[in-house]
Amino acid sequence: MSETTHAGPMLAADGTPLKRSLARALRRQKLRALALIAPLLIFVLLTFVTPIVSMLWRSVENAIVPETLPLTVEALKDWDPTRGELPEEAVFAAMVTDLQAAVKAKTHTKLGTRLNYENPGISSLFRSTGRNVGKWDLAADGPFKEKLIEADKGWGDIEVWKTLQRYSGHYTAGYFLNAADLENTAEGIQLRPEEQRIYMTLFIRTMWMSLMITGSCLLLGYPVAWLLANLRASTSNVLMILVLLPFWTSLLVRTSAWKVLLQQQGVINDLLVWVGLVDDANRLVMINNQFGTIIAMTHILLPFMILPLYSVMKTIPPSYLRAAKSLGATNWTAFWRVYFPQSVPGIGAGSILVFILAIGYYITPELVGGTQGVFISNRIAFHISSSLNWGLAAALGTILLSLVLLLYYVYDKIVGIDNVKLG
Amino acid sequence: MKTTHLLLATSALAMSAGAASAVDLTFVSWGGAYQESQLKAYAEPYMAAHPDVNIIWDESSAEAVAKLRAMNEAGNLTWDLVDVTVSDSMRLCDEGLARPIDGATELAAAPDGTDADTDFGATRVNECFVPQIVYSTTWGYRTDLVGDTPPTSVCDVFDLAKYPGKRAMQKRPIDNVEWALYCDGVAKEDIYSVLSTDEGVARAFAKLDTIKDQVVWWTAGAETPQLLADGEVVMGSTFNGRLFSAIAEQNQPIGMLWDMQSYDIDGWIVPTGLSPEKEAIVMDFLMFATDTQRLADQAKYISYGPARASSAPLVGKHEALGIEMAPHMPTDPANATNVLHYDYTWWADHRDDIDAKFQAWLAQ
Repeated sequence: MSETTHAGPMLAADGTPLKRSLARALRRQKLRALALIAPLLIFVLLTFVTPIVSMLWRSVENAIVPETLPLTVEALKDWDPTRGELPEEAVFAAMVTDLQAAVKAKTHTKLGTRLNYENPGISSLFRSTGRNVGKWDLAADGPFKEKLIEADKGWGDIEVWKTLQRYSGHYTAGYFLNAADLENTAEGIQLRPEEQRIYMTLFIRTMWMSLMITGSCLLLGYPVAWLLANLRASTSNVLMILVLLPFWTSLLVRTSAWKVLLQQQGVINDLLVWVGLVDDANRLVMINNQFGTIIAMTHILLPFMILPLYSVMKTIPPSYLRAAKSLGATNWTAFWRVYFPQSVPGIGAGSILVFILAIGYYITPELVGGTQGVFISNRIAFHISSSLNWGLAAALGTILLSLVLLLYYVYDKIVGIDNVKLG
Repeated sequence: MKTTHLLLATSALAMSAGAASAVDLTFVSWGGAYQESQLKAYAEPYMAAHPDVNIIWDESSAEAVAKLRAMNEAGNLTWDLVDVTVSDSMRLCDEGLARPIDGATELAAAPDGTDADTDFGATRVNECFVPQIVYSTTWGYRTDLVGDTPPTSVCDVFDLAKYPGKRAMQKRPIDNVEWALYCDGVAKEDIYSVLSTDEGVARAFAKLDTIKDQVVWWTAGAETPQLLADGEVVMGSTFNGRLFSAIAEQNQPIGMLWDMQSYDIDGWIVPTGLSPEKEAIVMDFLMFATDTQRLADQAKYISYGPARASSAPLVGKHEALGIEMAPHMPTDPANATNVLHYDYTWWADHRDDIDAKFQAWLAQ
């Protein structure tokens, strides 16, 4: 065996080295496979990955400042803000030149909006200055330091220039800092003042309330799925319709129904008062708080727990339980040692599904969450559609996405993602 | 042979259809009774006079700025005329997403010859904005739950001893912080200078703290009338038109408190980037729909005040109920004795900052 006849590479029948010939055959196969999945791959790239990446990109993008004020950014490089003095005339003149071009292109107010996120008041500073600056003659009307400050005394505020200098790069960490309740001050990165901290609270609340919702879905869904899987087909079909019917009903309708049921003058409170369990003056507060959000979302997400559980339980042969009992196990032991471990893949699938859906929910919390039951997604939606701070929304979204991926990783480490089954 | 004939016939048909085909315009508004009033007062008369124009409505005004910005970035504009509030019109005008409109040449003069800009007066807040109506955010209360002395001042909202029970307030700082400072003893004209300081903001929140656990926060204007009708709250703020329809159309036991009503204006903007043909039609519609008579007509369907001074005398009766509409207008002199003119420019600067503080305060 060990006596090889020659030291050269092994050859195929046609004389080419075997390795190369094998690689060529495999490459052809790979290309064919790639060609087969190409339509889907391109579709996913275009409609899913690209929009997400371009949205996430906004969380660090800051090109508007250097592009609108190129000369000012350049001139501000040498300015030392720690000396506590306003920049020199050259910077002001550069600002006037930049502003004149920006006013012509109508970008100065856009820039004002951007910088206003960092320093309230800059928006109107740019808008009001924009009205005057167009008429000035660059060559004859200097010096501009006094002139700008006269046009709007905001230019005499050193903080405005500090903000400009701090946010003059093409990229910024400002949005991410803001999303983490931090701010970039002259003394470095610090926690925001307490009355402005909000996002960390919301992230933590979103996480633990989603966990609560997943937990209550599991508690309520497990017995239902067990019944569905173990009853006679005719009965379980009827039950299945009962599970699916709300699933097909509009989300808004179901949320509003919970409002009618849970509010203080609502059905449940009326019933409790009528029975005498609750005093009319002290009706229970069950909505516009965390309780309301958990109840409504558990109801809405329940089918996502029941269906994977059901399809896994359907595959567990009932004979295993009977075998366990015939060997002397009590009901509990038979369930806990034999049945439950086999249903774990369904629990995993249902929990992941419910948790990930819950974490991104915002319509239901918005309607029934009051002030204590809203999620981080409500703030993301607010910044996308109302405050229009898309950079901050993107930063919050990126953090949320990373948190989900992190949890997914942790789940994989603890339970193992191969152990998830949808049927 | 037969196929050729058929082909010729169909292509001829297609061509003639193309020539006479209607122009589809997409208008964006708020839905509900308000959009209905625009349909009745402006769109239907215009379509009757111009059978080749077909107006389609999109109920997206609440996200108008976000969507227009996205359309602009994607280079695919699908809207032709958009109804927005003042603050949104400022943002659209600032970002160059709305087209400036010349009051002297592009808008109709009043019947007596006064030019449009003068007739609109202060309501024409910026060059992109063509105002339609003045509405207000004001308070309604349950007449049967406030005893024999109904509230007369906005500060009664903060008086839990006299009027116990829950209050519905809009989940945003605008209006609420102004009312809080006013009821904390700040003179109306000093409100914004006080709010410009951190202490002033803290003071407003401290005042709101006194009723915080009795407040139900709303985000949609329809919530307050519902909460009042259900008896969930004793009093609540909402848009005056919503209260009008709860009181006059649905006969709910609700009373109105006009004290310190907060004026806001709704109007049209024309997005930049329309094709010249479409823009010509949109501008023609705009001139028609914002003339003196049309603005007065809208008040037949909803209790919002026309933005033109010359329209006020023409306001008539409600189309279905037959009641005089003038006394239900926020601009009626009897209702407008004490008005909060909220400062758009100040809020444009401070909205993000105060809103962050407001949200943090809510979450505490």
